[in-house]
This record gives sequence, structure tokens and C-alpha cells, in this order.
Amino acid sequence: MNVGLEHYLVVSGILFCLGLAGVIVRRNLLVMYMGLELMLNAANLALVAFSRFATNNLDGQVFVFFVITVAAAEVSVGLALIVALYRKRQSAHVEDLTTMKL
Amino acid sequence: MHEILFYTFALLTLVFGFLVIANPFSLNPVTSAMFLVLTIVSLAGLFVLLHAYFLAAVQILVYAGAVMVLFLFVIMLLDLKAEERRRLKAFGVVAGLSSVGAILAIFLVTLARSPLPAATPALEGGTIPLGKLLFSNYVLPFEILSVLLLVAMVGVILLSKKDLK
Repeated sequence: MNVGLEHYLVVSGILFCLGLAGVIVRRNLLVMYMGLELMLNAANLALVAFSRFATNNLDGQVFVFFVITVAAAEVSVGLALIVALYRKRQSAHVEDLTTMKL
Repeated sequence: MHEILFYTFALLTLVFGFLVIANPFSLNPVTSAMFLVLTIVSLAGLFVLLHAYFLAAVQILVYAGAVMVLFLFVIMLLDLKAEERRRLKAFGVVAGLSSVGAILAIFLVTLARSPLPAATPALEGGTIPLGKLLFSNYVLPFEILSVLLLVAMVGVILLSKKDLK
């Protein structure tokens, strides 16, 4: 059986849902962040697969390059926020960070 | 050969991805981070199968190198011993998993019903064509991205100051 676009898209969809489940179910900020990384990687996989099978140019791969860079910037800012929150609250657990809850 | 490699890397990616979010043996963030490294390396294998060689190298260098070092650094910086003993709420787990399952079902049904283009792969994602594209068509986004990295750097330095105003 030939491996085509749909195989990669199925893998990408399942990986995206794993990351989403991590963000929703886990309550630790760092593990939620790792779930976000999984979701970004799943989107990257779908973009590269479309770039290879559906179009005849490299635009998808350039987009993945941008996504990786933005993700690196996002991770550094997010982890700095987590460290700042931990200094204030001594916790990296979302259930302890409910100051803005009504 | 290509099929065997694809199924191997796909299975490894999904199994390691599952172990990132729900490791049955420990809820320690360090093990999650280690499995995230393995997920990213298997994804780089999938990129190689898609002939995106440069992106596979960047994936390993940036993610498995820089981002994961940052993650592990922060995990070691914070003392998360007390976090491990917390239990998850059953209602949250059930509601979250059912909603995610619904989204997955929507994905797969859409994929099964949509007509996909026939596979005619002739594209090579080497460094030279990608670099030419990056510095000709995409030179403005590239420069904006460098400004974004600068902004992120300044923001991180400001956020990590001791007395945050």
C-alpha cells in the first residue's frame, strides 16, 4: 500500500488531538506547554505533507520554518512568564492561579 | 521500504506523544520533556521521508536542542516535587477526553470525505531551493521574524527581572 497524503494527515490529526488532550487534561503549566508544542508540530507535519503532495512549490516548507521560529520565541516568553508566576505564587499549577476568576 | 519506515516513525511519534501527556509510570515533567524530545526526533524522521531534509535538521537543532534545553532548565529551576502528588479530577478528564475525541472524529470524517490530490511527489526540500525562496519571495516575513525574535528577547529579559513592576 502506497503511503500518500492521507496517511500523513491522519498522523498529524492524531498528534494534534494528543496535544490538545494534554492541554485540556493536565493541570501542570509546563506539561500544558509541551502539549502546545505537540500541536504546533502536528500542524508542521500537515504543512510539509501538503507541500510535498498537494502543491508543486516549497511555500509550505518556508511556512514551517517560520512556525518553528515563532514557536521558539513563544516558548522562551512563556517559560519566562511561568518562572515569574512561580516566583509570586510558588506554584506552576493552574488551579492555584485563579486570581482573575470571578 | 518507504512504507515500513513511515509506519515505524508514525507509530513512534504517536506512542511517544501519548507518553508526553499521559505517562502511566510517572507524572514528572522531566519524563514528559524527555518523551517530547523523542517525539520530535521521530517527527524529524517523518520530515526526511517527506524529502524536507533542511526542516528535519532544523527540527532537531531548534526543538530537540534549544527548546528542550530551555524546558529542562525551567523544570530544574522550579521545585516541582509537590506537584507530582496531585491527582487529576475525574470530571475534567472525562469531559476533556470526550471533547478531544469529538474533534478527532470530525478530523477523520472530514479526511475520509474530502477528495485528496493524487500523489505526484517530485519536490525536493533541500537547503538551496529553500534558502533561495526564503531570501527572494519571503524576505519581508524573514526580516519581520528577526524583529520578533528581538522583541521576544527583550521581553524575556524584562520578565525575568527580580522585582517585576
